[in-house]
Amino acid sequence: MSIIKTKIGRRAFIQNTSLASGGLILGFSFLNSCKPKQVEEMAVRDMPKEWFEINGYLKIGDNGLVTIMSPNPEIGQNVRTSMPMIVADELEIDWDQVIVEQAPLNTNLYSWQVAGGSRSISSSWQSLRMAGATARHMLKEAAAKAWQVPVGEITAKGGMLAHEASGKSAGYGDMASAASLLEVPEEVELKERSEFSIIGTSRKNVDGKKIVTGQPLFGIDVQREGMLIATLAHPPAFGMKLKSFDAETAKQMPGIRDVFSIKLYDDDFKRGAFHHTAFNEVVAVLGETTWQVMQAKKSLKVEWENTSDSVVGMTMFGNEMKVSHPAGLENTTDHRLKMEELNARKGRLVRKDGNPEEAFKNAAKIIERSYSAPFLAHNTMEPMNFFANVTDDHAELLGPTQTPEFMEPAIAERLGLPIEKVDIMLTRQGGGFGRRLYGHFMVEAAAISQKAKAPVKLVYSREDDMSQGMYRPSYYATYRAALDTENNLTALHVKAGGIPESPLFANRFPAGAVDNYLAEDWTIDSNITTGAFRAPRSNFIAGAEQSFLDEVAEVAGKDPIQLRLDLLKRAQENPVGENNDYDAGRYAGVLELVKEKSNWGTNQQGLHRGVSAYFCHNSYVAQVLDITIENDKPIVQKVTTAIDCGIVVNPDAATNLAEGGVIDGIGNAMYGAITFKDGVPEQNNFDKYRLIRHSEAPKSIETHFVQNDIDPTGLGEPPFPPIMGALANALYKATGQRHYHQPFVAERVIVG
Amino acid sequence: MAAFALNINGKTQEVNVDPNTPMLWVLRDHFKLVGTKYGCGIAQCGACTIHLGDSAVRSCQLPVSAVAEQKITTIEGLSENGDHPVQKAWLEVDVPQCGYCQAGQIMTAAALLKRNPSPSDTEIETAMNGNICRCGTYTRIKKAVKMAADSELS
Repeated sequence: MSIIKTKIGRRAFIQNTSLASGGLILGFSFLNSCKPKQVEEMAVRDMPKEWFEINGYLKIGDNGLVTIMSPNPEIGQNVRTSMPMIVADELEIDWDQVIVEQAPLNTNLYSWQVAGGSRSISSSWQSLRMAGATARHMLKEAAAKAWQVPVGEITAKGGMLAHEASGKSAGYGDMASAASLLEVPEEVELKERSEFSIIGTSRKNVDGKKIVTGQPLFGIDVQREGMLIATLAHPPAFGMKLKSFDAETAKQMPGIRDVFSIKLYDDDFKRGAFHHTAFNEVVAVLGETTWQVMQAKKSLKVEWENTSDSVVGMTMFGNEMKVSHPAGLENTTDHRLKMEELNARKGRLVRKDGNPEEAFKNAAKIIERSYSAPFLAHNTMEPMNFFANVTDDHAELLGPTQTPEFMEPAIAERLGLPIEKVDIMLTRQGGGFGRRLYGHFMVEAAAISQKAKAPVKLVYSREDDMSQGMYRPSYYATYRAALDTENNLTALHVKAGGIPESPLFANRFPAGAVDNYLAEDWTIDSNITTGAFRAPRSNFIAGAEQSFLDEVAEVAGKDPIQLRLDLLKRAQENPVGENNDYDAGRYAGVLELVKEKSNWGTNQQGLHRGVSAYFCHNSYVAQVLDITIENDKPIVQKVTTAIDCGIVVNPDAATNLAEGGVIDGIGNAMYGAITFKDGVPEQNNFDKYRLIRHSEAPKSIETHFVQNDIDPTGLGEPPFPPIMGALANALYKATGQRHYHQPFVAERVIVG
Repeated sequence: MAAFALNINGKTQEVNVDPNTPMLWVLRDHFKLVGTKYGCGIAQCGACTIHLGDSAVRSCQLPVSAVAEQKITTIEGLSENGDHPVQKAWLEVDVPQCGYCQAGQIMTAAALLKRNPSPSDTEIETAMNGNICRCGTYTRIKKAVKMAADSELS
């Protein structure tokens, strides 16, 4: 039995939290209708007459029903189900007795209310367990008092409290009132892993029924009495800004209420990294319906002008940084030339082990390959949108954001309101992938509402969404390997860079496994705004590195899995250098698992296989991808994935997420690209931006998790990066062509 | 502006809008039927799929003036209690990740099964190819469509 001090995050356990959680939530009808568990199912069993707040995470009804708050943004990673499961397990309540509610942003109660870095579960693992365990303990104490028996003799299971010796028992509902008045214990016992009854079992999406029946769940679905719809016109090109506009025609159009420009941030506003936006001044069109404002926007006559060089100061988790936006209208062809030029020069030295120069001089064979990837748009299926209702002394915001906590200060500052007067509530979100980390659309909605003195729902068109920036950066990397006469890998050199950031992780594998190692990088400034995109940097460098290792194995005459296992063995037994940031044993573990589960090494006629493995977000993923050629076309038949992300809370949901990572990775590697001509993104909708479709997805995906007792690590991002390497390696086996430059579809030769 | 009487989910409802207004926005903004989703506005993603009669159509490209007497079914009206075989299969397979595209996927799948109760894998892929799922639930969607097909046959 592990004991945990409740001091960690104790704010959430202070009594009388009704104001902070229940009161706020129940005040908003939309979120009420958002209750994920089926209302009709609950209605069959009577709702309680009274709820008792035990702590900020849960309240218990007098009939034993439990409401668990889900604190984090739900972007499709299924936290609205899996986070409450953790609380419920420690509470010892049956899952069918649980109602899940989305918590609003509340920095007093919760920490890391962010969908980012694959950290939702890992960051809250302890506090969620503590919330449940604390409540369980307080219920036991209440029963002990009522029955005048020692608390240690009380058992709690499945929502029932019992005292064996006296034969007394009671439901949680009977003791909830008394428990809610007790002091929060200084420390509580957490369950043993072997005692988990909900964690580790598959539970269906709590919003499932609402999703399949089309109930309002998403930000774009928000409806409010008197609400106006707003849409924005932003510059058509990066490197341009608003000069002037004429809205006379637009204002005369049916349903249009107003057209005005808004400026997001003052020049001296101290921006955080998530306050980034491409276009600080935009034109807002307000009207009664979405179609009307979209039509009116087309009639705007706007003059844009070129920007000049600028430097934006930003803070990123306390670190100051400067982001430079040079003037000019950029082109993809120039980007490519610049990246090749920079990559040909000496880069910034990031890590050096041994004597790589000497090793390359003495090499029997040298392999050198270059890789690149374009900018990508996140393309969440639900375009950016947000509801805001700003009055003189209050701002209410409701919608899809991955970073409510980081956006709140910017909104308060922009509106001139104290931060406690800004309330942010979360809807379910139609995808995130990193795009909704950058909440300029929240500030825009709030600024528009303030100026219009009306509740406003801001909705981006798809074209606005895709041409607004915050793209995955464009990357380039060159790998060099030295082999000795026995085909041992004696040196590895990676030089990588990008626009505007480098994708290099110098301390990740194969660093630590090679005696002579050199890592360099470089960057190129741009006025095209970029941001985090599912597994930032890893989403390129993993595929490049794992494709390169495949060529090294081929030249060395080794099996690609064995080559990696040999290197990992070296890294485990006798690591080279300092600061290697991975666990070589766990890394090898997923390769061993995927080898077994995919029946690697058994040759099947017509089946072409590629392997890849990567570590990011503290998790390890290995994948084997199988291709057959049908009618001269490569078909992905199967992907076998092995994952070590510690304890898996909700296995089927985790499997779903891993399957999504595979499909997303294949799609982006094969087809994804945003290209630029004179600063204008050449793709602004799905007719030009190709996303993977049904017929292009693998015919089957099998996912296996390493079973261990390690606290959970990331899962939303890790299955995404390595698949691009497995795809490239399998395509080579199938077609004889190596793929170096994404999107692969653009460099594909005719097979056969 | 013009008045239209529309048969939506078995009920006749009236609306006064610009005749060019796509059904997508009539449903969402005027009738508050927000299950039909906006994804691209150019019939490329399928998020706005509804049934016009028995056919799956993209409501973002269907002007209200073109509907006339034809019956419209949206995700909200696909079944009385959310128990259409496709909806049940979707829940059983636990298809959704973010969930945004799923109403459109379900409407396309339901129309497919109505005209072809036991589609092959290739027929499923072809019918569903116009519906994008950005989260990548394609393998689960196919599994759910097959499950629904089997349940309809039995």
